[in-house]
Amino acid sequence: MVPLNWYLILSAAVFSIGIFGFLTRRNIIIMFMSIELMLNAVNISLVAFSHYLQDLRGHVLVFFIITVAAAEASIGLAIIIALFRNKNTVHVDEMNEMKG
Amino acid sequence: MTMLPQLIFGYFAAVIVLLSLLVITRKNPVHSVMWMLLLFFHIAAMYLFLNAEFIAAIQVIVYAGAILVLFLFVVLLLNLKEELEADRFVGSWPVAVLVSGGIFLGLASVLRSFVIGRQGSFTVELIQKVTHTKTLGLIMYTEYLFPFEIASLILLIAVIGAIVLAKKRMRSH
Repeated sequence: MVPLNWYLILSAAVFSIGIFGFLTRRNIIIMFMSIELMLNAVNISLVAFSHYLQDLRGHVLVFFIITVAAAEASIGLAIIIALFRNKNTVHVDEMNEMKG
Repeated sequence: MTMLPQLIFGYFAAVIVLLSLLVITRKNPVHSVMWMLLLFFHIAAMYLFLNAEFIAAIQVIVYAGAILVLFLFVVLLLNLKEELEADRFVGSWPVAVLVSGGIFLGLASVLRSFVIGRQGSFTVELIQKVTHTKTLGLIMYTEYLFPFEIASLILLIAVIGAIVLAKKRMRSH
């Protein structure tokens, strides 16, 4: 039997990689994919907890997280399209209109 | 033969970490999306390994089938030539190494004092008898009915919002 901690370490590793990608990439689409990576890391730990606690509520939470991720992806990609149409770039360091 | 679960977990964990690194470091966004597709299939296999077959199916259908196709469509709008020449990381990336490494070490160090809680009533035998999809549906449509309705509202807002945001501005007359 695989210990629960292994799953949690894996989840933490994927989450940290997602944070690194979100903080460093210039391309806003890759930043978005890093957010999906972090959501998936949380899903892994929730399903692992669910299995080891013999409780199905973690699976329900994962279901809702996937719903929110789908909504977030559609809205975010629509924002990216609007941004690209106005600014003709997807690099976040070239978007500084709101600088005070 | 008793090592088999550990070996399977080790393979999937190693591949998941490797693919996550590939996703965030590729210069070409199309390659990133393709590695992410492979990553989502491995995560779905991990869910199967944890006896969550309905979640694994959702992972493949919604994430790999719907969300990644959406990403691919938007990536195709990019100017790929310009993208391949530009720097992929911002200048202050060592700070991000510190931040993400610190978060990982923090999470890994608190795990040592982690104590697992009380066991619930959904044993593997019960789920095997009733099937996973049915047990999940029974909880979702009784105990979590109101959050389920909120989730449908979120999806409705997402549909309307995506259309409103992405459509071209109509000239007012």
